[in-house]
Amino acid sequence: MAKLKEVKLKIGAVKKTKQITKAMNMVAASRLRGAQSKMEAFRPYSTKFAEVLGSLAQRAGENANPLIVPRDNVKNIHLVLCTSDRGLCGGFNANLVSKAESFFNEKNKEGISVSFTNFGKKGRDWCFNKKLQIANSHVGVVGAKFGFNVAMSSGKQLIESFISGGYDEVYVLYSEFVSMARQVPILKKIIPIPPIEVDKSKLEDKTYMPEHICEPSAGELLSELLPRSIYVQLHRALLETSTSEHAARMAAMDNATKACNDMINSLTLAYNKARQSAITAELMDIVGGAEALVRG
Amino acid sequence: MPTNIKVEIVTPEKTVVSEEAQIVMSPGILGEFGVLCSHTPFLTTLKTGTVRYIDANGKERIVFISSGFAEALPDRVTILAESAERRRDIDVKRAKAALERAEKRLSGKEESDIDFTRAKAALDRALHRIKIASSVT
Repeated sequence: MAKLKEVKLKIGAVKKTKQITKAMNMVAASRLRGAQSKMEAFRPYSTKFAEVLGSLAQRAGENANPLIVPRDNVKNIHLVLCTSDRGLCGGFNANLVSKAESFFNEKNKEGISVSFTNFGKKGRDWCFNKKLQIANSHVGVVGAKFGFNVAMSSGKQLIESFISGGYDEVYVLYSEFVSMARQVPILKKIIPIPPIEVDKSKLEDKTYMPEHICEPSAGELLSELLPRSIYVQLHRALLETSTSEHAARMAAMDNATKACNDMINSLTLAYNKARQSAITAELMDIVGGAEALVRG
Repeated sequence: MPTNIKVEIVTPEKTVVSEEAQIVMSPGILGEFGVLCSHTPFLTTLKTGTVRYIDANGKERIVFISSGFAEALPDRVTILAESAERRRDIDVKRAKAALERAEKRLSGKEESDIDFTRAKAALDRALHRIKIASSVT
């Protein structure tokens, strides 16, 4: 009988866990919708931006702005690491962190020091445990509601440090939302801004004339737009990471709910078997007793 | 020969305007400019202010924008702004509160202060919003 009760308690516990994972799954699904629509709303801005910047940078020529000039002697690298604040989302943070680690080790071997800006608790905790150099950490951004100003203020700091010579290169590591089932960690250099690729088909299209009249001069425009393009990239990285986090959590919680179902099934089977054998044993007792009476 | 151009006003949050217009006037950094169909390609930064355009039905539309830039091409104008609101969407109450806050901050601040520039920009935005919201066509 003791075993029967144990199994029953266990079933109850797994059912409660299932309720929680199911609820988390649904919460993640609704947040995912929000994050995804925000990401899609941002897309026209960023594509248009890239288009304008491409045609402008081509005309302004190389070395027009310190933000696009690569440095020969790279000593200090800064990495903006985007992770989530909370766990229970499968391998999401582990993937990002392992990529960050391999990047860090590789650069460290070359004698380059790497410092970090963290978005998200998980990345910060990792840096903290490894005793890495943390310049800045922001909690409560990824996975929550945030505006363009977040990317702007932190982008401003990065640019200032780059110009003053504190950093020679700035990278961003974020999770790209490929599909519901796939989120890929992506490492990208954001400062100095890599040469902007111009869409060739646009140039052949005669109605699209890349030669603009600029007001003020092209150089001045560029110095206005380049910092903004860094904000745009940071903002995009944050949006992608948020969306990925929710998608990863949804998948993880879906798996957990399925695992709970499997467990409940096998436990119920065990429970039924135990109950059946208890009944059989009792019956045998009664039958044995009755037979003894008849004989006696 | 088409006489209408496409006007698009886009912010990081959403696309605010996307429609046909007869003329678009925007507050460029060196002064206000109007764009008609077949305008030569033109690129400029924008001040905080008002974008006005006449839509395909001849009705004047007014949109608030805060700093950004505009690209004019023969068949369209694209305005990328930090924030933008159509006149009917402006929250006057919020703008008035922002105005008060900015004024408070501006009193007793040095001009070199970074907060001063920030407050001044906020004041500018609030004033423009209120002006647009209270104007009547």
